[in-house]
Parts: sequence; structure tokens; C-alpha cells
Amino acid sequence: MAEVLWLTLRLAGVTTLVLLVLATPLAWWLARQKAWWKEIIGALVSLPIVLPPTVLGFYLLLALGPRSPLMIPFQAFGIRTLAFTFEGLVIGSVIYSLPFAVTPIRNAFEAIGERPFEVAATLRASPLDTFVSVALPLARPGFLVAAILTFAHTIGELGVVLMLGGGIPGQTEVLSIEIYKAVEALEWDKAHQLAAMLLAFAFAVMLSLLLIERRAGRLRP
Amino acid sequence: MTSRRAMLAALVGGFAALATAAQALAAETRIAVAANFTEPAKEIAAKFEARTGHKASLSFGSSGQFYAQIANGAPFEVFLSADVERPQKAEADGLAVPGTRFSYATGRLVLWSRTPGLVDAKGAVLAKGGFQKIAIADPKAAPYGLAAVETLKKLGLYDQLTPKLVTGTSITQTYQFIDTGAAELGFVALSQVVNRPDGSRWLVPVADHTPIDQQAVLLKTGADNPAAKAFLQFLKGPEAKTTIRRYGYEVR
Repeated sequence: MAEVLWLTLRLAGVTTLVLLVLATPLAWWLARQKAWWKEIIGALVSLPIVLPPTVLGFYLLLALGPRSPLMIPFQAFGIRTLAFTFEGLVIGSVIYSLPFAVTPIRNAFEAIGERPFEVAATLRASPLDTFVSVALPLARPGFLVAAILTFAHTIGELGVVLMLGGGIPGQTEVLSIEIYKAVEALEWDKAHQLAAMLLAFAFAVMLSLLLIERRAGRLRP
Repeated sequence: MTSRRAMLAALVGGFAALATAAQALAAETRIAVAANFTEPAKEIAAKFEARTGHKASLSFGSSGQFYAQIANGAPFEVFLSADVERPQKAEADGLAVPGTRFSYATGRLVLWSRTPGLVDAKGAVLAKGGFQKIAIADPKAAPYGLAAVETLKKLGLYDQLTPKLVTGTSITQTYQFIDTGAAELGFVALSQVVNRPDGSRWLVPVADHTPIDQQAVLLKTGADNPAAKAFLQFLKGPEAKTTIRRYGYEVR
């Protein structure tokens, strides 16, 4: 049980860190780019919201499998497939939760408006300096929301992990899989306990999200 | 105006009567079918509809999920499970009509690989090795998974192979693991590979594991539906048995 919890938290934590690093430049670009075609990228990023997770998981199983061209560089190092590994699950979770990281950060960047950047420009700040000392601090609530959403979304994900994981204890057997398997095996008591834990966790996440938004001044009473 | 209305009423009434009469002759029944039995069930249902005029509407899924749904009021009238345990439990829990339970098929376990020549006709590859991952179904939920574990234990290879095991939550998923090549080989149902000649396989002897009996049962919801009872009768008949055997099951 402790192993499952630890693995679940580790997967969600690593996924969140990777996503914050990946999503920040992507969100920045989407927020600042003026051309209409940027929304093609925006739509691609949002696809995992629409795709059924099991479908996504199945494609990932193919993409990370031994016959996939994407795996050729890895096979040189003796890695036959990334399916059934923790790393594979991280890749799957990153793709699955991508829109939940990009969208809040992009919105936060867009909410800043032009004015602060114009001021920074008149003060002769370099673009990097502007990004680090103007954009990032002003978009802080967006980062917080992105981190919480990604973390929570990864904890609750089932379909991708189900297709990609193979239920290896300590490697790929996470909490949501345990619940699914308990229901399948008619162990409903165990399923109830695990689900109650997940429910309490989800409530805490949503509550903190709303409180953050409130503090950010978007939800005035 | 009144006469038109009367005519309309008569028409509606007539249609209703017709519909009721047709319903009495040809009823419809909802059947929950274990995923591994999908193909034969479709064929049997088509024949059943052609012979009896009844309609069989099939839903496919995992036996565990179906059981949870049935226990919570799902409108299925017949349950074709992948095991014995769940129909038994349905009967014990008062969800099924007592005395209607029977084995409609016995599954055969097969060690299968997409790679030609990997699996030999005696399954010696299990001891020899030369693979990284071997897929089985979750032994707690799927009878084919339990049979696979029993087979490995009988061969004395279970402990040795445990680090290489990957578990599909259903036999369908296990098949996908092997079919995509993510696992080089694995234990699946013969019915899943009986119609594909490629790859390599070892048909596991029946004596190596407890029989994979699949049972059907009439649910309380279908107790008064002639179509539900007719379907179970048809499932026991020679025509259905021929189909079931052709898909790689045994019928006793």
C-alpha cells in the first residue's frame, strides 16, 4: 500500500516538474505570438482533453514499443521498449496532462497585457530580463494552478497508465490502477477505501485551487 | 372533426395492439458478454435472431465490471461470464434465477508470440529464456491469468519469471501487449489467436491448470422474458456449440 502511494506521488511529482519546464516556453510563445496559425499548435496541445485516455494509451504503447521508429535511438542503448517502465509512464503522463499545464500559464501570461512590457522596454530591460523579472512573477498564480492541476490530473489518470503500465509493483502500479483492479477482483472494500482517499485528495486540490484563484483576485466575492 | 379524432384514436390504438402482439412473438433481450467471447457471441446472436425472430442486443466488457453493474441494477437479462465465480455469486446474491447456470464454453490457454519461432511446440522457451517481458492477465480478475500462473508454477518457473511478468487488467489487454510487441510473448486465450496463423504458439495442456470454465446465467430481470430464456436454450444447442468450438473453446 505504502509502495503504491509513494509511486503515485513520485509519478505525479516528476510529471509536474517536467511539465512546468516544458509548458513555460510553450505557453509564453502561445501568449506572445500574434499570428493566427499559432492556434494550430494550441489545438494540438489541447488534444489530450478530447482523446479518450485508453486511445492515447494505446497509441503510446505503439509509439514506445519495439517496432516504433521513435524507439530506434534507444535501442542502440539496449532499451527495447519504454512501455512497462516508470519513464514510459512519465512520458505518457506528460503528454496526457500537457493542456492542464499550458492553458493556465498561457492565460496568466496573456492577462499581464502589454503595459508592463512596454515599461520594461523603456527601462531598456533585455527580453530575458523582462521574462524573468516581469512575466514570471506576474504570472505566478498561473504557475501554481498549472502545478496543482497537473499533479492532481496525474494522480487520477487511469486509461494511459492502464494501457502502458502492465501493473508492475513499484514501477507502474499506481493508485488508480489499484482501484480498478480491486473492482475487477470483486474486492469492493479495498476499492472503497482507496477511492475515499482519492476523493479526499481531489477535494483538497480543488479547494486549494479555488482559494488561490480567489487570492489572485479573479473571484471577487 | 370528431370523426377524424376517432379515426386517429383507432389508428393509434391499432398500432399499439400490433406492437404488443409483435412483442409477444419476438422479444428483445439484453445480454452482457465477457470480452473474450465477443466474436462467437456475435455469430451465435445472428443465428439466434435468424432462427427465432427474437432480438439479442449484446454488450461486451469485462466480467468484473459487468458484475458490478448488474449488482447495481444494470438492465442485462443474461450474463455470459468469463468464469464460474461471478455467475455463482450472482446466484448467491439473488441476482440470478437459481438453476439456470451452466458452462457454455471451456477456454484453452495458449502461450503466444508474434515472432515466428520464438515459442516452440512444447513451451520450452519459458525455461530457456531469451525474452525480456512475458504478459499474463491479472490472475485475481481473469481466469486466464490464474491459469497462466498455475501453469508457470506447475513448470516450476513462476519465481524465476516473476521479474519479467507484465500484467494486463484483462485478457484483451494482455493480447494487445503481445500484439504490439511490447511484451515478446504471453499467455492468452486460444480464441484470440485461433484465426491468425502468424507468430508462434504453444497450446498449454489442459492438465496444467484448473479448467477455464465460462458460465452463463439467467438474471432475475430476464426471468419473464421469453427471448432471454430462448437465447440460453439456443446457446446449449448444437448450432451454437459448433460455433463455439470453431473459435477455439471446448464444449462439454
